[in-house]
Parts: sequence; C-alpha cells; structure tokens
Amino acid sequence: MIRSRQVTAIASTILVCSMASAALLLHKVDQVPPAATLQQMLYISSPKLLKRLCLGYEGLLADIYWTRTVQYFGGKHSQGGGTYKLLWPLLNITTQLDPHLIPAYEFGGTFLTAKQPEGAGDPGKAIELVQYGTQNNPDNWRLYYDLAFIYYDQKDYRHAAEAFLRGSQLPNTHPFLKIMAAQMAQHGGDLETARMMWSATYRTTHDKMIQANATAHLRAIQVNEDVTALERLVQAWRDRTGHFPGTFTEMVSSGWMRGIPLDPLRHPYRLEYGGRVVVSNPDDLPFLDKGLPIGHIPSAVPKLSPAN
Amino acid sequence: MMNTRILHIATNTFREAVRDRVLYNLIAFALLMSAAAVLVGQISIQIERLVVINLGLTAVSLFGIVIAIFIGIGLVSKEIDKRTLYTVLSRPVRRWEFIAGKFFGLSGTLVVNTFFMAIGVFAALAYVSHHFERSDVGILVALYFIILQFVIITALALFFSSFSTPIFSAIFAFWLFVIGSFAQDLRNFAAMAHGTTGLLATGAAYLIPNFSALNVISQVAHGEPVPHRLILLNTAYVLVYSAAVLSGAVLIFERRNLK
Amino acid sequence: MPAIEIVDLEKIYAAGFWRKRSKRALQPLNLAIAEGEIFGFLGPNGAGKTTTLKILMGLVFPTAGTARILGMKLDDPRMKAQIGFLPEQPYFYDHLTARELLRYYGQLSGMDPKQLSRKVDTALEQVKLSGSANVQLRKFSKGMLQRAGIAQAILHDPKVVFLDEPMSGLDPMGRREVRTLIEELKGQGKTVFFSTHILSDAEALCDRVAIIHQGELRGIGAVAELTASVHGKVEIVWQGGAVPAGIRSMGAECHSAGDTMRVILPEENQDTALEALRREHLRLISVVPVRTSLEDYFVAQLGTSAKSEAVSPGT
Ligand SMILES: Nc1ncnc2c1ncn2[C@@H]1O[C@H](COP(=O)(O)OP(=O)(O)OP(=O)(O)O)[C@@H](O)[C@H]1O
Ligand SMILES: [Mg+2]
Repeated sequence: MIRSRQVTAIASTILVCSMASAALLLHKVDQVPPAATLQQMLYISSPKLLKRLCLGYEGLLADIYWTRTVQYFGGKHSQGGGTYKLLWPLLNITTQLDPHLIPAYEFGGTFLTAKQPEGAGDPGKAIELVQYGTQNNPDNWRLYYDLAFIYYDQKDYRHAAEAFLRGSQLPNTHPFLKIMAAQMAQHGGDLETARMMWSATYRTTHDKMIQANATAHLRAIQVNEDVTALERLVQAWRDRTGHFPGTFTEMVSSGWMRGIPLDPLRHPYRLEYGGRVVVSNPDDLPFLDKGLPIGHIPSAVPKLSPAN
Repeated sequence: MMNTRILHIATNTFREAVRDRVLYNLIAFALLMSAAAVLVGQISIQIERLVVINLGLTAVSLFGIVIAIFIGIGLVSKEIDKRTLYTVLSRPVRRWEFIAGKFFGLSGTLVVNTFFMAIGVFAALAYVSHHFERSDVGILVALYFIILQFVIITALALFFSSFSTPIFSAIFAFWLFVIGSFAQDLRNFAAMAHGTTGLLATGAAYLIPNFSALNVISQVAHGEPVPHRLILLNTAYVLVYSAAVLSGAVLIFERRNLK
Repeated sequence: MPAIEIVDLEKIYAAGFWRKRSKRALQPLNLAIAEGEIFGFLGPNGAGKTTTLKILMGLVFPTAGTARILGMKLDDPRMKAQIGFLPEQPYFYDHLTARELLRYYGQLSGMDPKQLSRKVDTALEQVKLSGSANVQLRKFSKGMLQRAGIAQAILHDPKVVFLDEPMSGLDPMGRREVRTLIEELKGQGKTVFFSTHILSDAEALCDRVAIIHQGELRGIGAVAELTASVHGKVEIVWQGGAVPAGIRSMGAECHSAGDTMRVILPEENQDTALEALRREHLRLISVVPVRTSLEDYFVAQLGTSAKSEAVSPGT
C-alpha cells in the first residue's frame, strides 16, 4: 500500500504545517489594532437586551465580560493609557449580568476614579457603579470602603465618613471602618489619613493592579512627608547661615544630616535653587503633590505596573 | 489543472443539495427580509439601516451555518450507510479526492445560497433607505467573512462525518461553532493561566476555530471600516485551518473500513 | 498473468464496542483467475464472499495477504479504470435519474466525454432500462436498481467485472437476461468474477467455480470436474398416501403434499422404485432427473452440519 502511505505522509505534513500557520495567523489577528474589534468587544451594548438573549447563562457571560474588562484595561494601560472609553460600558454590562461580582466593583471604583493616564478619571461613574454594588450586596463592607474611597479621593470627606459609618454598622464588618469614619470626619485632609487609607487598600485587596496603585500612592505620601521635612531643615540652615545650602553634601559634611536623603525608590533627593527639594526621577513616581521639579510635565504614559 | 474527478463529485454534491430542496431556505429568508423591511420602514426611528443590516447578516450567517452543519454531517457517513460510496470508490477515485469533492461541493452550495441571500439583504436595504452609502462596501466584507465561516464549518462537519454518526457530528460541529465564537475570550482566559496548565490551555485555545474575528456584523452595521489587514489575515487563516481539518478527515477516512 | 490473483488473503473483523471481540471472516485464501474466464464464487450466507469482493475493491482492508488485479495493486487508479463492480443489494444516489447516474459514473471512470452519451444509452439498453432512463432512482423497484447496478458495472467497458449476487432481486426474465449478458461479456473476452449461492446459475455459466464456507476454500475447479464424483438423482412423484415398502427400504427421503408423494432417489434405484409403484397400482405422475449435481457436491463439501443452513436450489 505504498500509495496510501504517500497520502498519509502528505496529509500529515499539511495537517501539522497548516495548524502551525493557523496559530501564527491567529496571533497576528489578535494584534490587529483594537479599534477594529472595538464594537465586537461589546457585541451587544445594552445590558438589558444581553440579559434577555443569554437565556439564563448570565453568570458565564458575566465572567466573559469581566475577563474582557481586565484584558481591555490591562492592554490599554500597558500600551500607554488613553481614554479607556470602554471601561465603563464593560463594567456596567459585567455587573448588570452578575451584580454579585465584587471584584468588578473594586476594580471599577479604583480605575474609573484614577486620573488619566492611570485610569478613566470619571469619579461620577465610579460612584454610580459602586452604589449599584451596595444596593445589590448590602451586606458587603468592602463596597462601602470602596465608595468611601472614591469620595475621599474627591476630597468630599463628609460623604466619605458617611460611607465608612454605614459600612462599619454591618454585621461582619472590619473594625478598621469605624476608626476610619472618625478619622475622616476630623482629619479628612491629613496625610496620616491618606496613609491609613492606602495601606488598608493594599492589605485588603487581591488585585495586583489595585495593589500597585496603592503602593504608588503610599510612595507619593512618603515623598510628600520627606519633602516637607527636608524643606523645613533647609529653611533652618538658611535661618542659621543666611543663605541656602548649595547641595545636600554640604549639609552632610556640616553634620546636619547623616547621609544624602533617599526617596522611596532609593534615589537621592535633589536640592534646587531657592531651597526647593525635588525627586531626581519624577516619571517613576506618579501621584506626587510635592517634590516635582519646576516645569516638569507629568508623563502621559501610565507608570503603574504590578511588578513594582 | 483541476482534478476533474473532484469537480464531478463537487458538482454532484451541489446537485444533490439542490434536488433535496436545500435552496428552499431562501424562501424563508426572503419572507424574513421582506417582513423586516416593511416593519422597520414603518417604525422609522433613524436606525432602519442598522436593523436591516444587523438582522439580515445575522440571518445569512445562521441559515448558512444550519445548512452547513446539517448537510455536512451526512456527507461521508450517509454515503457509507447507504453504500452509495461502494460504486464510487471502486472507480479510479481516491479517497482524498472524494473528501475534497464533497468539501468543494458543499462550499459551492453555500456560496450560491449566500449570493441569493445577499441580494435579499441589499434589496431590503434599498427599500428602507432608498440609497446606498460608501460604507456599505463593508457589508460585502461581512458577507465574505460569513462565507469564510461556512468554509470552516463545512470542513469541520466533514471531518466529524468521516468517523462519527450524524448526530454526534452535529453536536460536535455546533459546539465548536459556539465556543469558536468566543475563541478570543478563551485565548485571553488561557493567557491568564500559568505553568503547564497555561501551556495546555493556550494550545487548546489555538486549536479552536476562531470565529470571533470572522464576525464583523455590528461593526459594519455602524459603518466602521474593516481593516484590510484583517481581511487578509482572516482569509489566510481560514485557508490553512480548513486545510488542516480536511487533512485530518483524509487521514481518518483513508484508514476506514467501509461496513 | 492472471486477471485476478489472491494470495493468503485474510480478514478478521473487530467487533464489539471496545473492538475486543473478533470475527474471522476469511481464512488465508488463495485464488488465481485467468483472463477471459467466468468464475463463480459459491458459498452459503456468511461464507465470506462479499468480504472478499470488498477487499478486492479496496473498500475494506485485509488483515493479511495481498491481491492483484490485472497485475496491479488494489489501490492503483489505472487498474480501477478497467474494472466494474456490482455490490450486493446496490443502492445509488436517489436524487439522480438512471441516465444521470450513469453519466456521473462514466465521468468518474474517466470516460471520453464525446462517447459518454452513446455508451450510457447502450448500457441502459443492455439492462432493459431505456424506458426508465429519466426516472429518479428513488422511484425504482428493487429489480430495477439491480439492473441499474449491472449497467454501471459494465458501462465503461471494463476488462474485469465483479458481480456480487447479480441475480438477486430479479424476476425470471431478468435472470435469463443477466445470464445472456454474462455470456456476452465472455464473448467479448472479459473476465467475470461473480458470487452467488444459486447453483444452477453457476452451473450454467461458469468455466470454474470456487466453493467457500466459513471463510475457507473447500473446493475449486471446472463444474464437470467437481461433479464427476457425484451421481445423478431422480425425482419420482405419484398419487396416493402410502410409500411402498420397497421404496422405504431404500432409505430415500419422502415428502407428501396433499395426496401426492415425492421422493428423490439415486439414479440407479429408479427402475426398482418404479417396479414397486406398479405392483402397488399407484398412479405415477412424473419421473424427472434432478440436475442438482453441483448442489450435491456442495452439500457433501459442507458436511451434514451445514446442510440446514446451506443453499436454495435454483429455479
Ligand atoms: N462489518 C463487519 N463487521 C463484523 N463482521 C462482519 C462484517 N461484515 C461481515 N462480517 C462477518 O463476516 C462473515 C462473512 O460475511 P460476508 O458478508 O462476506 O458473507 P457472504 O458470503 O457475502 O454472505 P451472503 O451470502 O449472506 O451475502 C459473516 O460471518 C459476517 O458476520
Ligand atoms: Mg454477500
């Protein structure tokens, strides 16, 4: 049966080669700019219609949309940010399909709120999303925490305190919420409050992106404190000597410091003209209020990455 | 140089489909399109075009898929059951030629069927909006992608038909169509897994036919252009994927003892 | 070079869901059939005739052994263009008419398109289907399908024709026509290999026959050779219920139907039996020599155990 062996050999070769090239082509198809598949990502953009069409398999579909949300956001984020204009519709569909998908609220609360390029910068939608979450999951303290956080981020300390209070009255609540309610009411704008908030977020989440976000905020708070303290010291030097120090080295050799001060990423702080203290590489430290060099233009590209 | 035996088998497959009144589905389709056109025309809420294109193309796709599966699954197994194959294979027809002929025959049937349906879609569109737009070229692209879907389904149905009973073949083919429509999501899922599981999942995800990139219906309905690159990639993908599936069918069928 | 050469051909079917049980359909089989020969392949139901033909047509694959047709391998398309095959209980694409079917098969056999129409008409004429040439095969009767099957087997002027039970499903007229057709094929110098369990057909047509039982070759040779050792028999029928003692003592088998009796006796006992009937004054109805010589051989070969499942005598 020589001939049949020939057919077998040819068919097997075609099978293997074709399957391999099919996989390669698929890889290429996946790389076609997402604009091409924008519409497709949503398929059907009305959650109500979708719910009716999926014949009771909402759970599975919600999971699919949730994966899409994460993929979409992660993909855009690593490609340099942008407007994230599908983030809200995707989260909306996901949570409408499965209102009990808690990670979606947590994720949405964080990244709808965060300013561009780190997030969509739409706190209004974030509040709408998380409030929908608390309506559907009234016993989940985590959602009140997320809600409070969004208000806090908007410097709306009264609403933040209120959300913490409501969360702290739930049966299985975290004791931390009660403390935060009080802290928020009295010292809303303090750095200490901010530090408490972000470390709590870091400790209570499982989401790598959210953790990275919290870490970056904690670093920014650290820089804020460092810069405040260092500038005070520099001012004291000037009061003593009548002029600003030229460099930190000068202060170290005079015994005012034990060494050149380092920022949370272990890069040295720099002393600029007029006693200003700045970080040496501002692009690696998002969310800074203080310590930015004069004339520094914030990067349009997001800096968060789960690896940091 | 086209192998004439493949051509004759393909022609006979086409003739069989026509004589078995497969094209009657066009009547149902025509009725659906006319009803839709008339209804949408009366409601008139600025989305007539959108509705007609969405509905029309979705119907073209679903009608064709049902035909592809239900004829495809019988292409080989029915001929074995009825023993019509005996007198074919005792002639100078090689088994792979038979598979190829059947594949081209059914694909051709579906192309003809889709052609008539396309006329229906454009007629309904002309009826509701009285003019065509430049972006309507996208509809042709969507139709082309739909035909590419049929090609893959035909190959798959033929593959299952070469070793399984029609009912199982239908279940397998339909199942692959459904999960293939979520192929991209599955690749995303797989990409999230790590280690050996991740590797296996990724492998499996790449084996599944990718129908998700072949569906541009809603995009086209909104008048968004389809990138040329995607047209090219999809065409190449469908060609190699069907070749792989058909080779699988040939490998199995070459070894089969006809009962 | 023999037209058909079968060497140690063996087939074991795997059966059962897990393919664990197996069924031996063919013991190692050896046959050589010369060109121009009409060869009968005889055996009771389940003997392995169809299995052999399917292997030769490349429809199933042998477990062991090889075969060649016209000196070429079984999967050689050049060989397949020169053979014709009629399967048992043939069934065809029923959406086609008889003429379309033959055209299609002619195309698959690579026939010259210019001659195709003429050859199709000739083949239809040969099997007396010209009147139904444009009727879809789904409206054909069993015998008409058998005729269409024969037509497609001889359509492309093959050198070797394989027929699996060509007479089954045919009326007496049809059988005679097929006999004539096979004789014509022989006249044209073609080789015909046909299976049957109808002995009279084989006896009338075949140059040689092979007898197969339970997948095993039990005898092969010219019909005359095979039957030389077996003596002829007569059938005697008379009126009246009793069997004379003289006949009963011969140990012959007696059958009664209404008030007639029928016995089948070896030829040499004929005179004694008639004498006995005359003595009893019974009314003689007929004395007929029974031409079942091949059948006798058949029965002898298959042994007494196989007698019951054996063969139906031909008409
Ligand atoms: N597909 C199969 N699977 C398993 N066993 C089979 C198969 N086909 C045939 N057999 C067995 O092989 C043996 C020979 O069958 P075959 O059909 O060759 O007999 P045959 O001589 O043609 O009989 P008939 O006169 O009834 O047509 C039988 O015992 C049958 O049960
Ligand atoms: Mg048989």
